[in-house]
Amino acid sequence: MATAGIGLFVLAGVLTGYLPVSHLAKLEYKTLAEVAPDPSPEFLDLARRYPEPFRRAFGEPNGDAFRRALRLGRDQYIAEGCWHCHSQYVRPVSNEDQRFGKVSWAGEYRNEMFLPHLFGTRRVGPDLIRESGRHSNDWHVAHFFDPTLVAPASVMPRYTWFFDGESPNEKGLAMVTYMQWLGSWATPEALARAETEAGK
Amino acid sequence: MTAAAAEPLVDRPMIKAHVAAGFAFLLVSLFAGMFYALQMSRLYPFPGIELLSPGRVRMLHTNAVAFGFLINLFIGVLYWVVPRLTGYPLLSRKLTRVIFWAWQGVVLATAIGLLAGKAQAIEWGETPRMVDHFAVVGVLLLVVNVAAPMLRTRGRSAYVSLWYFGAMLVWTPLVYVMGNYLPQYFIPGAGGAAVTGMYIHDLVGLSVTPLGWGMMYYFVPLLLEKPIWSHTLSVMGFWGLAFFYPLTGIHHFYYSPIPMYAQYGAMMSTIAVEIVVFTVIINFFMTLRGRGNLLRSSLPVRWFFVGMVFYFITCLQCAFQTTLPFQRIIHFTDWVVAHAHMVMFGVFGFWVIGGLTYLWPKLVGRPWWNPALNSWNFWLSTIGLVLMIIDLTAAGVVQGFMWRDLAQWEKTLLASMPFWHTRSIAGTFIVAGQLLQAYNMWLTARSPAPAASPGAEAAPAGA
Repeated sequence: MATAGIGLFVLAGVLTGYLPVSHLAKLEYKTLAEVAPDPSPEFLDLARRYPEPFRRAFGEPNGDAFRRALRLGRDQYIAEGCWHCHSQYVRPVSNEDQRFGKVSWAGEYRNEMFLPHLFGTRRVGPDLIRESGRHSNDWHVAHFFDPTLVAPASVMPRYTWFFDGESPNEKGLAMVTYMQWLGSWATPEALARAETEAGK
Repeated sequence: MTAAAAEPLVDRPMIKAHVAAGFAFLLVSLFAGMFYALQMSRLYPFPGIELLSPGRVRMLHTNAVAFGFLINLFIGVLYWVVPRLTGYPLLSRKLTRVIFWAWQGVVLATAIGLLAGKAQAIEWGETPRMVDHFAVVGVLLLVVNVAAPMLRTRGRSAYVSLWYFGAMLVWTPLVYVMGNYLPQYFIPGAGGAAVTGMYIHDLVGLSVTPLGWGMMYYFVPLLLEKPIWSHTLSVMGFWGLAFFYPLTGIHHFYYSPIPMYAQYGAMMSTIAVEIVVFTVIINFFMTLRGRGNLLRSSLPVRWFFVGMVFYFITCLQCAFQTTLPFQRIIHFTDWVVAHAHMVMFGVFGFWVIGGLTYLWPKLVGRPWWNPALNSWNFWLSTIGLVLMIIDLTAAGVVQGFMWRDLAQWEKTLLASMPFWHTRSIAGTFIVAGQLLQAYNMWLTARSPAPAASPGAEAAPAGA
């Protein structure tokens, strides 16, 4: 019976794990350096607005510092359980492309920032995979400090430990950088490339 | 039933320890859930405190209920039932003690890690990555301890409870390792989502569900004092679960970039699971026939069968909500939250609390200090849960349609607000009920020992 139990588990693993996973593995896997080679405009903007905290946290605003901020932001996003109230994929139904932006495609998740994936299963707040550029850095800083300052009906908690006094600290800067990065890759060219890959 | 040898068959003190620890974690979980609900009502009692941030407290709520409450209680049930059904004790009394402390260590480390910001981004597996390794060791020790008496019966035909328990022992380590390691270290993005979907569902379907049904197949005939209605149906239910349940995981991520063929497959197998579930439900309600009066006179029987009614509703609901037209609207909404509470509390929570109502007096060797409090808990929990389910399901429908109709996001929050207030109120019913239960357990254990033992079955053989 133990054999049957393991057998059925393996069968399911093959059908609902190995098959889709190996199918998706045909898409190119990228490191963070490949998907985020240069600092984003928002990251450079943070360096100008908060020069002292920024220098203390990340030093010069170069590619390395950018990727360090992204990883830290992603880790903080996980630690705070953000992913329990925000999803990170846009579905092709329910007018989600009109609300959030381009429908998600498999290739955009094939990099180290989605190991583990952060799809999420609940939306108390909106989806975030197309968040990049939707709001200004200032908006994000105010929003993390006290969400009701910019969204009066919000039920999101305050994240005062992202701040030293009134300026964002390392965690705060990293979170804003991460928010502004999510979906920055969803350009028309990237979509066209994804369509070609899907045809393979 | 008990073989009263020099070395007692059943290790009562350790069962008592697991039940007590599990119930303590239930209270932790309930308060965490209550606080998180208050955040939605914008009444969070500890705003601006990093270690008590609502996002972290939410993970404490789910992990404490799954790994602290349900697993502890189920370990107690395994320790009670398996030696009785096999006639052999667990592998080692020393190992039983080691497992108890190891598992409480794992749960406590998880709780502290989550509050300290060390969560892992695996739903139902937020256990910090460091703690994962210890959890795997703990599970393997439990498997060895419980499998030993089962292996000694080789060659004899086993009762259906042992089928479920045996399968669970095989599946649980596999499920845990698959879900906590593959998407974390090896499989990124949509592929990882397919695996975590499998993990979420297998944890419920291949660990908790077999434990629950194994427990029901043992306690229900015992309390009804009649055999199960159809052993053919119980065998069908077992193999149906074993075949279809593991195939359903991807239904947690419909319309995601996981290949559509896998999503369609998950939908078909989910519907198949519900058909299997009906056979099990029919079997139990046919067994109840002629003993329905026990629903009134026996509180454990009432917890069990009301839990089965919730199970039936959950599964019927699941057959619909797993289809794509439903998913367009209800996915990501409070509908799913209602569903999760109905399963985790309404079904498995009710079953283990029923089991506890039956076992606790036997474990502490005293009758319930005040049986009326147990009844109060039943009604408070049932009313609270029914209110919560109706409320959150309705909230989900409202949210889903408002989202589809492109209402401004904040408008959808304002529309949710009355539902969230109602949910907080429903939660206080459940918290109040379980506090009464805890109070009753405490005073029962502390009350003076009865002069005469109420019966051989209740005599504290090992205590």
